[in-house]
Amino acid sequence: MAIQTQQPDAEERISLATQWQLIWWRFRKHTLAQIGAVIVILFYLVALLADFLAYSDPTYVEAQRSLLPPHGIQWFDDGKFAPFVYGLKGTRDPVTFKRVYVTDTSQKYPLRFFGKGFEWKFLGFKFDRHLLAVEGAPAEEVLFLLGTDSLGRDLWSRLMYATRTSLTIGLLGVTLSLFLGILLGGISGYYGGPLDTFIQRVIEVIRSIPTIPLWMGLGAALPREWSVTQVYFAITVILSLIGWTELARVVRGRFLSLREEDYITAAELAGCSQLRIIFRHMVPSFLSHIIAATTLAIPAMIISETALSFLGLGLRPPAVSWGVLLQDAQNVQSLAISPWLVIPTIPVIVVILSLNFLGDGLRDAADPYG
Amino acid sequence: MTDQSKEILLDVRNLRKYFPIQKGFLRRVVGHVRAVDDVTLYVRRGETLSLVGESGCGKTTTARCIVRALKPTSGQILLRGPDGVVDLAPLPKRQLRPWRRHMQMIFQDPYSSLNPRMTLFDIVSEPMLVNGIKDRQTRMDRVAELLQLVGLRPEYMRRFPHAFSGGERQRIGIARALALNPSLVIADEPVSALDVSVQAQILNLLLDLQAQLGLTLLFVAHDLSVVKHISERVAVMYVGRIVETAPTPTLFAAPKHPYTEALLAAVPKPDPDLKGQRMLLEGEVADPANPPSGCYFHPRCRYALDLCRTVTPQQEEVAADHFVSCHRARELTLRGVKRT
Repeated sequence: MAIQTQQPDAEERISLATQWQLIWWRFRKHTLAQIGAVIVILFYLVALLADFLAYSDPTYVEAQRSLLPPHGIQWFDDGKFAPFVYGLKGTRDPVTFKRVYVTDTSQKYPLRFFGKGFEWKFLGFKFDRHLLAVEGAPAEEVLFLLGTDSLGRDLWSRLMYATRTSLTIGLLGVTLSLFLGILLGGISGYYGGPLDTFIQRVIEVIRSIPTIPLWMGLGAALPREWSVTQVYFAITVILSLIGWTELARVVRGRFLSLREEDYITAAELAGCSQLRIIFRHMVPSFLSHIIAATTLAIPAMIISETALSFLGLGLRPPAVSWGVLLQDAQNVQSLAISPWLVIPTIPVIVVILSLNFLGDGLRDAADPYG
Repeated sequence: MTDQSKEILLDVRNLRKYFPIQKGFLRRVVGHVRAVDDVTLYVRRGETLSLVGESGCGKTTTARCIVRALKPTSGQILLRGPDGVVDLAPLPKRQLRPWRRHMQMIFQDPYSSLNPRMTLFDIVSEPMLVNGIKDRQTRMDRVAELLQLVGLRPEYMRRFPHAFSGGERQRIGIARALALNPSLVIADEPVSALDVSVQAQILNLLLDLQAQLGLTLLFVAHDLSVVKHISERVAVMYVGRIVETAPTPTLFAAPKHPYTEALLAAVPKPDPDLKGQRMLLEGEVADPANPPSGCYFHPRCRYALDLCRTVTPQQEEVAADHFVSCHRARELTLRGVKRT
C-alpha cells in the first residue's frame, strides 16, 4: 500500500493533527493564558526551590530586629558591580518608644551568589548553598529584602516557604477532589437513575452550606496537639470535601453528553466491551475538560487555604503559608507602622489571576472540535 | 420487483418500545411515550425495505431497537444468522455481542457518528479489532480495501475525521458498517444531514454496494423521492405503528391507507399546474404519550367512520406483500402519484 511521502503541506498537517495538537494550536492563540502558564510555572519553581531561594532560616527568631523595614541591596561599590548591604543599628525613639533602625554605612557586608548559608535538606541530601548569601555575618542578622515580622524573622525567606505550602496544598487538595469528583461524577453520569439523583442532591446540599462557617467548624475541630503535617493534610481534606462537587458535575455532564453521541452507539454495535467504550472513547474526550476544570479549581483551593489560615483556623504557626503570614497584617496598627507585612498578598493575587487565565485558556482550547 | 422466493432475513414481530415519563423527586412513572407501538415488518435477503414517516413517528427508535442499541419493551426481532434464526429482543448485552457483526448501522449525523479523536484507520478497523482480528497488517489491508470501496483514497487512513466533509464522513461511516461483512445494514436517514448534491452520490454508493456485496438494507427515511429511488418495498409509519407496507410501485401508484395518500400528496412536484391538487392533512400529529382511541389516524382522516374511532384496525394482507392497517382498505380507492 502506497502512503504518500511528499512534504506535508499545511492542509495535510491539519488532517493528521491529533486532538492534543489541535488543543495546543488553539491554546497558542490565547496570549493571556500563555502568560499565566509561564507565571504559574515560575511560582511552582519557587515552591520547588524554596530552600535555595531563601537566604535566612525562616524560623530564626531575633527580637532585637523585629518589624524591620525592607532593607535594600547596594549593587555598586565605587562604580564596580559588587553587591553588598550596609549594617543596621536599632535604637529606641526616646519620644515615641518606637524602634528605629539606622543604616550604618561604616559596615558593609558583601553578598555572594550561590554562597553558603543555613543548612537545608532535599530528598534526604543536605545542602547549604543559597541564591544569595552574606559574607562576614549570618544572613539572618544583616539581609532583610522585605523586612521582618514582629518576631524578627525575615519576610522574604518566609515568603518562599509560604509559597511552597500554599501552592502544594492547592495541588494536593485538587488531586483529592479530582479523585472523588471523577469517581462520584462518573458513577452519577454513567449509571444515571436514582443513584444519579441521590448524588446530585448530596452535591446540592454540600454546596448550599456556607463555606466559611463550615470550614470554621471543621477547622476548630482539629485537635490542637496535632503536628504541622497532620494539620496540613487535615486542611487539604477539608478543602476537597467541598471542592469535589464542582469536578463531579463536570464529569457527570461529560458522561451524559457523551452517552448520547452516535460514535458511542457505533462502538457498542461494533461489539466493544464496556471497559473499551469508557477508556477508548469516553475518557479521551473528557480528559481535556478535566484538565481545564482542575486548573480552575486550584486557585479556589489556594484562596480557601489562605482565608482559613488568615482567620487562624487553618494552618497554624510554626507552619508558614500565605495565610499564616497575612495573619500578622490583621490589625490597622501593623498596617500603619509596618506596611511591608501586607506584601504576601501580591503573590496570592498574581498566582490566582494567572491560574484563572491559564484555566480559561485551557477551557477554550479543550474542545477543538466544537 | 420483489422476489417472494427469497428467504426472510429479518422478521420483526409486534415490536414495542415505551419510554417511561418520570415526574418528581422520586421519579414516579406517570405514563409512557409509545415511541414504537406494535411494529411488524420483515426484510428479505438482498432487498431494500424503506421505513418512512413524519419526524417523531418512531422510525429511528424502531431502527435502534432492531440493532439493539435500545432494549425493546416487548416483541420479537428474528434474525437469520449463518446457524439459524435467533430472537434478539430478549438477549442481554453480553449475549448480543456475537450477533452484532451480522447487523450494522449507518447513522444520520456524520459529525457525531465518528470519534473525532481517532484516525480513520482506528475508526474503520475497530469492529475488526474487537471481533478478534488483532493483526495490524490484516486490518490495514482491509481498511484500505473498504476505503476504496466507498470511494475514498486508502492513504487517508492516517487522517482524523475533522479533515473530511459531511459526505466523506458518511462514506467513512459506511466503510465502518461494512467492516465485518454484515448481512443486514440499517441506514438511519443516512442522507438527510447532507447537501442535496451529495445525497445522490451517497445513495448511488449504497445501491452500488448493495449490488456488489448482496447487502440487505433497512433504509429509514422521511423523503419519499429518495425512497422511490432506492427501495423494493416501503413501510409507512404513523405514531409508532406501521400503517401500510407494499412494494414500491404499488405503494406509489395505488396506496391503500389514507395516511399514505396524504404523504404522497405532500411530495413536492416540479410542475406548477399541479398546484391545486395539494391535499393537506388537518390537525396535529397524535401525541405518542396519549394516542387517540381506535385507529391512531382517525382524527385527521377524511374517510374515518365511527368504527375507526373505537376499534384498532389489524394489519391485513390485501395483495401479495401488501399489508394495510385500515378498516376501509378494501373499499377505498385512493389517489397515488403518476409514474414519472
